[in-house]
Amino acid sequence: MKALRFKRNIPRYAAAKIAGNIMPGSGASFGPIDLIQEESPEIPGKDWVKVRPRLSGICGSDLATVDGKSARYFEPLVSFPFTPGHEVVGNLDDDTRVVLEPVLSCASRNISPPCTPCGEGNIGNCENVTLGEISSGIQTGSCHDTGGGWATEFYAHPSQLHSVPDEFSDEAAVMVEPTACGVHAALAAELPNDGVVAILGSGTLGQVTISALRHFTNPKTIISTARYPEQKRVAAQLGSDIVVNPEEIHRAVRRACGTKAIANVSEKSPDGRVDRLTGGADVVIDCVGSSKSISDALSITKPNGRIVLVGMPATVELELTPLWHRELQLVGAYTYGTEKLPDGEATSTFDLAFELVKTAKLEELVSACYPLDDYQEALKHAANAGARGAFKIVFDLRDERERNIK
Amino acid sequence: MNNDNKETSRPSPRPGFVLDVDRNTPPIVFHHGENFRLEKLPAGRSRVVYPSEPLEGLQDPEGAIKNALLNPLGDSDPLPSLLKPGMKLTIAFDDISLPLPPMRKPDIRQRIIEAVLDMAAEAGVDDVHLIAALALHRRMTEDELRHAVGDRVYDSFAPRGLLYNLDAEDPEGMVVLGETPHGEEVHFCRRAAESDLLIYVNINLVSMDGGHKSTATGLAGYTGLRHHHNVHTLRNSKSIMDRENSALHASNWRMGDVIKDAGVKIFQIETTVNNNTFGREGPLALLQKREWEWNTRDRGQFIAMQRGLDLLPVKAKRRIFGGWQSPYELTSVQAGEVEAVHQKTIENVYAQQLVTVEGQTDILTMGLPYICPYNVNSIMNPILVMCLGLGYFFNLYKGKPLVREGGVLIMSHPTPWEFHPVHHPSYIDFFEQVLTETTDPIEIEKRYEKQFAEDEWYIHLYRNSYAYHGVHPLYMWYWGSHAMQHLGRIIIVGGDQKAVRRLGFQSASTLQDALEIASDVVGSQPTITHLKTPPLVMADVI
Repeated sequence: MKALRFKRNIPRYAAAKIAGNIMPGSGASFGPIDLIQEESPEIPGKDWVKVRPRLSGICGSDLATVDGKSARYFEPLVSFPFTPGHEVVGNLDDDTRVVLEPVLSCASRNISPPCTPCGEGNIGNCENVTLGEISSGIQTGSCHDTGGGWATEFYAHPSQLHSVPDEFSDEAAVMVEPTACGVHAALAAELPNDGVVAILGSGTLGQVTISALRHFTNPKTIISTARYPEQKRVAAQLGSDIVVNPEEIHRAVRRACGTKAIANVSEKSPDGRVDRLTGGADVVIDCVGSSKSISDALSITKPNGRIVLVGMPATVELELTPLWHRELQLVGAYTYGTEKLPDGEATSTFDLAFELVKTAKLEELVSACYPLDDYQEALKHAANAGARGAFKIVFDLRDERERNIK
Repeated sequence: MNNDNKETSRPSPRPGFVLDVDRNTPPIVFHHGENFRLEKLPAGRSRVVYPSEPLEGLQDPEGAIKNALLNPLGDSDPLPSLLKPGMKLTIAFDDISLPLPPMRKPDIRQRIIEAVLDMAAEAGVDDVHLIAALALHRRMTEDELRHAVGDRVYDSFAPRGLLYNLDAEDPEGMVVLGETPHGEEVHFCRRAAESDLLIYVNINLVSMDGGHKSTATGLAGYTGLRHHHNVHTLRNSKSIMDRENSALHASNWRMGDVIKDAGVKIFQIETTVNNNTFGREGPLALLQKREWEWNTRDRGQFIAMQRGLDLLPVKAKRRIFGGWQSPYELTSVQAGEVEAVHQKTIENVYAQQLVTVEGQTDILTMGLPYICPYNVNSIMNPILVMCLGLGYFFNLYKGKPLVREGGVLIMSHPTPWEFHPVHHPSYIDFFEQVLTETTDPIEIEKRYEKQFAEDEWYIHLYRNSYAYHGVHPLYMWYWGSHAMQHLGRIIIVGGDQKAVRRLGFQSASTLQDALEIASDVVGSQPTITHLKTPPLVMADVI
């Protein structure tokens, strides 16, 4: 088996952090991740099945791990060493094509009865992520026992697998998991009909969230921020009514909402930026997760409005006065589970994601494929995707020799 | 800067003229924002339109003003006979946008308003309001009002709320007087409309100013202005500087009739100033001299000034130029009935500014200075650069535009991507939102005018801060719409490339590059005309 293996190694983790700060994605060259060859791992439990990945995506949380920027929050929630990779389309031994739903919930941990969230279908909120028959790990890709998608094989619990319809290309299938995150965020927004929603960030997550909002909700106006021309083009194509540079978001939301603003007129800011709005968007979905983006969200959301954090924030520094003063709701949106649609119907997020990928042709967001051997270049590409006119970067394992030995 | 100006006996001022550029012609000074460029124009096919030298100012301005008030033109009675005890008198005056640059103290408005108030006091008139006729311009600050009307007038009226800026968004303060036969609503300042006499004090810097436009535009709000501040009207104003051929003025004149029919009695006082923009002596005097007449000292002074400005940060340069006050001299003052007054005023403006030019050119070049009507004590943002070049300087013609249809306009200006956050908030939105989607004036008018005109935040800032009205940047764009329609290409030399691109124009780093770019449109041997202004010059193209 060939795999990218992430180990607990503090000095190399520190080196990755330094390198990642200098050039995003370069943590792979210095950090505790290595390409290894080894025997197939042990099966974690009797029900588990082997999956041989075809395509495996690189997500923002993976990049944070590689560049040493993950929150220490995750330390007890992962088990070392592990193989990253949770956006996966692969084959079972009988060649059935499957997409992985990577959350390691009570079902996969063989815990019965399940915790309350799992019992209600909200597996992303599982309360037993460190318990059960497998080691700690909130998802495949952070659990030692299961392996992960950046390998020629790993193990999955049947509860994690979804068959892929024949009409889905591999590129479409690998987009289902990130799309499910966007669908979950869009529905967690609880956007009122004819509401104004702002999406901060137009990487893959931002794009699929825009698409989900357009498909499953009834907004009056979708405003999104994008830094690069291709991001702007695709955001508009997927349903954003207004696409602006990140520094223009305050004014754009103000215009769209017809609200007033509190202008910054200090000598030091003669550029006409607006600090904050008196009203604002009904909902802001932050797909970046930085101090700046969350601060922006706090300043452009209307009183009693809702901010949804989809981008993984790690450690941020924030002025929370507006949260208090404007009585804002700040909620997270992690992974997926069971969604309640505006018409009241309850559906699995993955079912909605399959539907959205197909309808919106989200496979077009897959921009480049790399063999596992070129992982350092792949991770650099993913970390600089926007600037290079790209979105989702994936590992293509279909031609890996180790994968195809039966 | 030193504004000292020692007047001495002088030879008669020389009229403006057209210089044919030959091999011996020295490089020409182009204004370039808060700096200058020296440009060598191609010999044998270039010409330069020079402004007239400053006409002699009136020796006794106060006497001339008094004479005008006592001997009005048209069917108006002398001012003293119009002033009665117990009457309601309103004096409206041109705002900060005139003159450019601001003039040295005492401002003409102060001299006239003081003379009028003396007469009003003698007649026992005590209900007097003074109103800065802003229309949708930004409010004037206390300092700016003091400069315009003088401390004595300001201290007598402002503290009692009798001297103020027009608020064209005050529903109680504005009234619709009626409609023209064309269906144009005449929106007007209620105080002015309800006064027994409205006296308007104008500075007619260019031929576009004055006449019925003073009141029909200056004392109006969006409800009225939209009928002539639109793309259709401005594209049919050829040019806005030539009243007889200006749809903008035709509309204002129709509105003037409605104002008159509504019983508003207007006593119009118009003034003209000479071309003494930069002084006959002092640090900027050489900008009024013709380049081939520069002496060694002038050349040294220019090089030192240019290099010094190169080294200064933009803010410092703005401070220096913003502090310049022109030693304009009053060349005429006339008062009485609006149209009779204005006819005389225009004659006096033309006497100073009009230069006959034979035929059109393939390329028109112009150096844009640091100031336009809407950035006094402010920042010349990219939209204002466009408006100054395409809206004002391009329109400085009678007859035909200086450049042929399909020709090229080359403007020189740094065009910084910078906005004054207090004065121009809606300009920032216009630049960020509208121009990223379209630069077509018709499309902009159709899709965005209502949004910008009715935006509550802009209205709040216009009324309570010092912001131009929300719709103002769109008006700036409309102002350039005649030029945009006429020209085959627009190039800005030395501008911020991103800002120039956002405007929809092409960017060039040097004049030579610009001429190279222009050759795609006008060929490799085009004729070139440089409009050398300011000081102001208007071309009578025959």
